[in-house]
Amino acid sequence: MTYTKRADGRRFDEMRPIEAKVGVIKRADGSAFFRIGNTSAYAAVYGPRNLHPRFLQDPQKGILRCNYNMMPFSGTGERVKPGGNRRSKEISLVTQMALLPVLNLDEYPNSVVDVFIELPQTEAGSRCAGICAASMALADAGLIMNDLVTAISVGKVDDKLVVDLDSSEESYDGIVTDLPVAILPNLNKITLMQMDGQITKEELRKVLKMAQEACKTIYEIQKSALKERYVIEDA
Amino acid sequence: MTKFLIENKSIVVPGEVIAEGNSEISGDAYRDGDNLRSARLGLLNIENKTLLPLSGRYVPYRGDVIISKVIDVNLNGWRLDTNSAYSAMLPLKEGVSEFVTRGADLTQFYALGDYILCKITNVTSQKLVDVTTRGPGLKKLTGGRIISVNTHKVPRIIGKQGTMVGMIKEATGCRIIVGQNGLIWIDGQPEQELLAVQTIKKIERESHVSGLTESIKSFLEKETKNTVVDR
Repeated sequence: MTYTKRADGRRFDEMRPIEAKVGVIKRADGSAFFRIGNTSAYAAVYGPRNLHPRFLQDPQKGILRCNYNMMPFSGTGERVKPGGNRRSKEISLVTQMALLPVLNLDEYPNSVVDVFIELPQTEAGSRCAGICAASMALADAGLIMNDLVTAISVGKVDDKLVVDLDSSEESYDGIVTDLPVAILPNLNKITLMQMDGQITKEELRKVLKMAQEACKTIYEIQKSALKERYVIEDA
Repeated sequence: MTKFLIENKSIVVPGEVIAEGNSEISGDAYRDGDNLRSARLGLLNIENKTLLPLSGRYVPYRGDVIISKVIDVNLNGWRLDTNSAYSAMLPLKEGVSEFVTRGADLTQFYALGDYILCKITNVTSQKLVDVTTRGPGLKKLTGGRIISVNTHKVPRIIGKQGTMVGMIKEATGCRIIVGQNGLIWIDGQPEQELLAVQTIKKIERESHVSGLTESIKSFLEKETKNTVVDR
C-alpha cells in the first residue's frame, strides 16, 4: 500500500486554504487571526508592560512571554482540559524561542511583552498556525522586529514528501514523519525545527526546500493582512 | 544610488525591503547587504525619508507633557502611572511649591486616582522616569473625563500649532488637554464632551488619510450645525 493521493485532493506540496486577519481584538495592543484548513489561531499581544514578579525582570532588555492554549472544545470532540499541560507548556516555549530572534526588546528593560495564543479549533499544525498569528500580532503591536515569522509543518507520509499535514495524514497507518518549521522569510533563517518520526538527510533537504516555498506564500498572506488593517476606505 | 522599491505613503511590514543602494532613513530600519529593510510596521514617507510608527505603546521621553494617574503615595512624593510600561516618580519638591512639614499627609495635594498633567524631566537608561508639575499649565485635572488614544496619533489630534484640537475646542466648547502619552482630558457639557470624544476617535481612525482637517471640519459643522472656523 502506498500513499498516492491526499484525502482532500491537494497536491503534495499544496497547503490547506489560509486566511489571515489583523486587529481582531480591539483591547489588545496587537492582535491577529490565522486559519489554515480547520486549524484556527487567535493571537493577542499586550505590552511592553510592567513585569511582575520582579525576579523575572531583565535590566538589559524586555522579555517575551508566550502562552499557547487549546480551547476546551477545540479538539476532536474529546474535551481538552483547561489550563496548562505538558504539551502546551512545551509549545509555549518553542513559540517563544521561534519569535524571539526577530524581536528587539532592548528599548524596554525590566518589562514584558505578553503573547497569548488561543486555538478555538485544531486539526494538525496548531503550533505553526499559532506562530504565524503571533508574528502578525507582534508587528501590529508596533514592536521593533527584523522580520515576520512564518511557520508550516512538512513531513513524509509513507514515501511521499508532503507540505502541511492534516490530521488524517498525521494518523496515517504507516510511516509518518511530522516536521514543523518556522522560517524568517526575508532573512532566510530557521527559528523552529522539531521532528516526530524519521527522515534521511536527502529527504530533509528536499522537504525544507518545500517548506521554504510554502513559507513564501504564507508571508505574502501575512503581509497583505497587515497592510489591509491600515487601509482606510476613502469616505 | 538610491532606489526606493516602495511607493510613497504606503505601509511597510517588518523585513520588507524599502530601498536598494546606500540610502538612509530616519526611523526603525536596518541594513542587510545592499538592501534597506524595515524593522517595524509603519508608514513610509519618501519625501522626508521617514518611517512613521502606526501602533505601539507609549515610551517615556524627556520633555513630554503627559497625563498620568496617581497610583501610590510615598513619604517623599507620588508614583504615577504613565500609560506605558514604566511608572513615573513625582517628588514632593516638584509637586507642590509651599512648605510641607515632615510626615504630612500628601493626599491633601494629590490623592490616589487623581489625574495630573505633568512634564517628564528625566528618563534614565533603565527607564526610571521623573516628572514635575512646575511649569506653565501643569496641574491636577479635576472633573471632566479621560479618554485613551493611540499615542502615535497624538500629533495629528493636536494638529499644526494646535489647530486641530483648537477647532474641536471651539466647536464643542469643551476644555481639552492632550497628553503626549495618549491620554486626553475633556471637560464640558456632557453632550459636547461626547461629540469631542467622537471627533477625536474619528481623527485617530483616519489620521493617515489626506484632507483630514477638511473632513473633520465638515464633520463638526454637520454635528453642531454651526460654521467652524479653521485657523
